[in-house]
Amino acid sequence: MTDHKLPIVYDNEKAAPDDDKAAPDSMSRRGFVKKVGDVSATSLLGTAALMTNTDDAEANTEWAEWFQGNYRLMSQEEKAAAVARLERRYSAEYDKKVTVDSTPAEKGVLFGYALNIQKCIGCRRCAKACVEENNQSRGDQEIEWIRVLKMEKGDFDASKMPDGYPDSYGIQVGGNAYSASGVVLEGEHYYEPEKVPEEDAFYMPIQCMQCEKPPCVKVCPVRTTYREPDGIVVVDYNWCIGCRMCIGACPYWARRFNWGEPKLPKKDMNPKTHYLGNRPRMKGVVEKCTFCVQRTRKGRYPACVEVCPVGARKFGNLLDPDSEVRRVLATKKVFRLKAEANTYPKFFYYMD
Amino acid sequence: MKKLISFVVDYWVYVLKGGLKFYAWLGFLCIFVIGWTYGNFMQLSEGMIVTGLTDQVSWGLYLANFVFLVGVAAGAVTIVFPAYVYKHEALHEVTVLGEMLAIAAVVMCMLFVLNHMGRPDRLWHMLPLIGIYNFPGSMLAWDVIVLCGYLVLNIVGGFYYLYKKYAQEPVNKSFYLPVIYIAIVWALSIHTVTAFLINTMPARPMWHHGMMPIRFITTAFAAGPALIIIVFTIVRNNTKFWIEDKAIDLLSQIVVWCLGIALFLTMSEIVTEFYHPTEHSLGLQYLIFGHNGLSALVPWFWFSIIALVSSFILLLIPSIRKDHKKLPYICALTFAGIWVEKGMGLIIPGSIPTPIGEFTQYTPSLIEILNSLGNWAIGFIVLTLLLKGAIGILLGEVKYANE
Repeated sequence: MTDHKLPIVYDNEKAAPDDDKAAPDSMSRRGFVKKVGDVSATSLLGTAALMTNTDDAEANTEWAEWFQGNYRLMSQEEKAAAVARLERRYSAEYDKKVTVDSTPAEKGVLFGYALNIQKCIGCRRCAKACVEENNQSRGDQEIEWIRVLKMEKGDFDASKMPDGYPDSYGIQVGGNAYSASGVVLEGEHYYEPEKVPEEDAFYMPIQCMQCEKPPCVKVCPVRTTYREPDGIVVVDYNWCIGCRMCIGACPYWARRFNWGEPKLPKKDMNPKTHYLGNRPRMKGVVEKCTFCVQRTRKGRYPACVEVCPVGARKFGNLLDPDSEVRRVLATKKVFRLKAEANTYPKFFYYMD
Repeated sequence: MKKLISFVVDYWVYVLKGGLKFYAWLGFLCIFVIGWTYGNFMQLSEGMIVTGLTDQVSWGLYLANFVFLVGVAAGAVTIVFPAYVYKHEALHEVTVLGEMLAIAAVVMCMLFVLNHMGRPDRLWHMLPLIGIYNFPGSMLAWDVIVLCGYLVLNIVGGFYYLYKKYAQEPVNKSFYLPVIYIAIVWALSIHTVTAFLINTMPARPMWHHGMMPIRFITTAFAAGPALIIIVFTIVRNNTKFWIEDKAIDLLSQIVVWCLGIALFLTMSEIVTEFYHPTEHSLGLQYLIFGHNGLSALVPWFWFSIIALVSSFILLLIPSIRKDHKKLPYICALTFAGIWVEKGMGLIIPGSIPTPIGEFTQYTPSLIEILNSLGNWAIGFIVLTLLLKGAIGILLGEVKYANE
C-alpha cells in the first residue's frame, strides 16, 4: 500500500534540481548552493571557533539568531551564516547531523496541487506523514497542517418530514432535516471511525492553499510571511513576532501557532530540513504547509502526495504543460475551495 | 533650561507626595501589579500556552481590551473638540485632563498588545530602519503608527501646556493650536484604523462590514466620556479642583447621543444578519443565542444589551442625566456595557466559528485575567499620577518660583 514509486515531477525536465543533472543555465545558483553546503559542512567547528566570547555555543547561536535580519533581505553571506548557525544548533539539540537547506526557487516553476475528492478515503495518512516529515510539535501540543473534513452524505426520508425546517412546513434542507449535507461548514475533522471510508460520508482534506493573492501575506506587519517566486507562501520563523494577524486573515484555517515550546522528540526529528520549511520551530511563531519545500525544490513529491494510498493527491509544476497537475486541470472537473474569497488558490479539488 | 529642570523636579515631588487616601489607592492597584508580574513571568517563560487561546480562537481577552482601550483613548477628544472647536469654556479649562487620560489609555493599549504578541522580544522587527515594516499593506502597521503618533501628540500637547502654566507664561498658539487640531483628527484615526484592523478580513464574516469604523467611534464616544465623567466626579469630590457642571453636562449629552447611535447600529446589524441568516451570520448567532448548547458568550451579550439600553433610557431623562450623584453610576454601567460589547462580544465571536465552520469555545485563563487586571491597574496608576500632577499645576500649587 505504501508502495509509492510514482514518477517524480522533474523526471522529464531538463532543469532538474538534482546536482548530477544540473543544466548549464542554472550553474551559478547551483554553485551558490554548493558553497552553502561547504560552509555548512565546516561550520560545526568553524563558526564555533570564531565565537570566542563564551564556551556556550548554543547560547551564542541563539543570541546571534536574535539579531539576524529578515531572511529575504539577507545577503548571500548572511544567509550562509544563518544556515550554518542553525545547523550547528539543531545538530547539538537533536544529537544528529541536521542539514538546513536554503535552495531558492527554481526559475520557470510554479508549484500547484490537485486533490481528487472522489478518491479520498479519509484515512489521514497524509496528515500523519506531514507531521513526520515537517517536524511539527507532537504529543499534547500536536500540530497538524492537514486536516481532513468528514462530510455526511445525508438523505431525504419521508418519515422525517415533520422534523424539517421551518418546523410547521416540513421543508428539508440539503439532506437530512437539520443536517445539511455537502456544506463545508458542516464538515468535521475529529472523526474517529473503525475503518475508512465510512459508508455515509465523503472526505475533504484541507491545508494551505498557497494562494496567489494570500490575505495572510498582506496583513503581516513585518513581512515575515511572503510568497516565494515558485508560488509557495513561507514563514521566516526567526522574524515572526507572533501577532497572529495571518491566522485571522486566512479563509482556510491553514495556519498554526506554537502556543508553547514545540515538543519534538529527538528520535522523531527529520534532519533533512529547509530554512523556510520543516526546520524545528520555536515557541510563539506561526507555521503552515509549505508544499514540503525541502523536498519539492529537490525534485521530490511532498510527503502527503507520496503517502496517499489511493493516489488522490497530485503535485507538479503549473508552468509545465506536461505535468500531472496541468493534466488534471485540463481533463478533470476542477474547483477551488471558497473561490469567492478571491485568493486564487494553487490547490485544486477535482473529480473524475 | 533651569526652568525645565525645576519643572521636572517640582512635578515629580508633587506627584509622589499625597495623603493616606492617595497611597491607599496606589497600594490597592499595586496588588494587581503583583499578580501581573507573576502572570507575565509565566507567559514569557512558558509561552502563550498559559492562555486560553487556541488555533481556533487565537485572539482573545488581550485584543478585546486593546480594541476597547483604543476607543477610550480616542474618547478623550470629546473634551478637546468642544473646547477648541466650539469654544466651550468649562471644558477648555480641563482639556489637559483629557490629554492625560488619553496618555494613560494608550499606555494600557500598548501593554495589552505586548501581552498579545507571541514574540514580544522581536517587536524591534517593526522599527523603521533596523526592522522592516509592511506599510501600507498591513493594517497593524498603520495601527502602530497612529497609536504611537497619538501618544506623542498627547504627551507633547499636554506637557507643553502644563509647562507653560507652571512657568506662568502664555502658550505659543502657533505651536500649541496645530498640535491640538492635529490631535483631534488623529483621535478619529486611531479608532478608525483599529476598526479596519479587524473588518478588512473577509475570512471573518462577522467583522467584515463597512459599519465597523463608525460603530467603533460611536461606542468610543460613549465609553470615553463616560469614564471621564466618573474621573471628573472623583476629582471634584477628592481634590480642591472644581470642574464645572457645564462640563459634565455636555459630556453626558455626548454619551447619550453616541449611545443612541451605537444601539441603532447594533439593531441594524442584527436585522441585516438575521432577516435571512447565512453562514456569515453564525458568529452573531453564536454570540446572541449560542450554538447547540455552546453558549459561553450569551450572558455577556445580554448583559451588555441590558446595560446599554437601560443607561440610554435613563440618560434620556434630563432630571437623571443632570443629577450628578446618580450620573457616575449610570456612566459606569455604560462603560461596562461597551467593554463587553466591543471586547468579549466582538473580538471573540469573530473567530467562532472558524473559517471551516468549527465552533470552539474560549475561556480566558487565570494568567490572562491576572495580566489583564494588571494592565488596567498600571493604566490607572499612570492616570492617577498624571491627573495629580496636572491638577496641581492647574490649581497653581506647583509653579515656578522665580528667585
